[in-house]
Amino acid sequence: MGGSSPCASCKLLRRRCAKDCIFAPYFPSDDPHKFAIVHKVFGASNVSKMLQELPIHQRGDAVSSLVYEANARVRDPVYGCAGAISYLQNEVSKLEMQLAVAQAEILCIQMQQRPNYLPTNHIDVQAGEKSHLLSADFNNNMSQYLGFPSSSNVIQDPLKRESLWT
Amino acid sequence: MNSGRCAACKYLRRRCPSDCIFSPYFPPNDHQRFACVHRIYGASNVGKMLQQIPSHDLRAKAADTLYFEAKYRIQDPVYGCVGMITQLHQQIHSAESELAKTQAQIAFLNSNDHAQESQVQNIETKLHPDSNILILPEQTNAAGGLWSYVPASATSTDQTSWF
Repeated sequence: MGGSSPCASCKLLRRRCAKDCIFAPYFPSDDPHKFAIVHKVFGASNVSKMLQELPIHQRGDAVSSLVYEANARVRDPVYGCAGAISYLQNEVSKLEMQLAVAQAEILCIQMQQRPNYLPTNHIDVQAGEKSHLLSADFNNNMSQYLGFPSSSNVIQDPLKRESLWT
Repeated sequence: MNSGRCAACKYLRRRCPSDCIFSPYFPPNDHQRFACVHRIYGASNVGKMLQQIPSHDLRAKAADTLYFEAKYRIQDPVYGCVGMITQLHQQIHSAESELAKTQAQIAFLNSNDHAQESQVQNIETKLHPDSNILILPEQTNAAGGLWSYVPASATSTDQTSWF
């Protein structure tokens, strides 16, 4: 075996870690928890199939997202990542509303400061420019799941701020 | 008996018991639902996850969200639904920046407005004690710069004519 220690996957699965082990690059032996949680949610066999179907340069990101999803599912067994998505979607909607109110306030101030100001001639581009924060397609995809609350409020904070990619 | 099997037991080609964990959440008329979930999580893992949830309603929600995430993972094998979370984080960041800029603009417009108002309120005329010359205070606003000495006789009761 050349003396190198088995990867976390092969350790957990109690098998010989082959030189071309598909898990070894992504599940080093010094982080056993990472594979344990992915195995618990997805299963080693499914993870292996998923990785094999991907080109090598995309496997790292795939593993990261699988670990993220698995962690979310373990923290919130009912809603998983969908709960975080619903929460973030609400946050975006709130911010959009606040932005619309603020932009309307600017228009009011401008009209007060310039009584002869005709908004139809110089309509503030800001009013419409940034109103496309959410695409219609994105909204449609999430529309059937928007009603999901989380089974635990504690779960939302880490997923709300947790950034997967630096 | 065959016609009574849930989608999971049909897919797995097994008998569907009366207490089948899958049958309330994977009806026989929606084969794709269980197929997606089985492909990503595996029937065994799904069964274990559902068993750990105490109530029927929560299990139903769990089955829905597992299907949702499995569907997105099949559509996007690299990022799954995590891609959506990343996109939402970016949108939040963008919206927060835009809101901060807009609020700063409001603050600026308001402070500008107050400065002009206070200049208007501070304008008062006084008569020089030793002459009939009406002295107006200096104006430093951008619109001004035109104030000058004006003979008292030239004044009128309508102060707005000076503006």
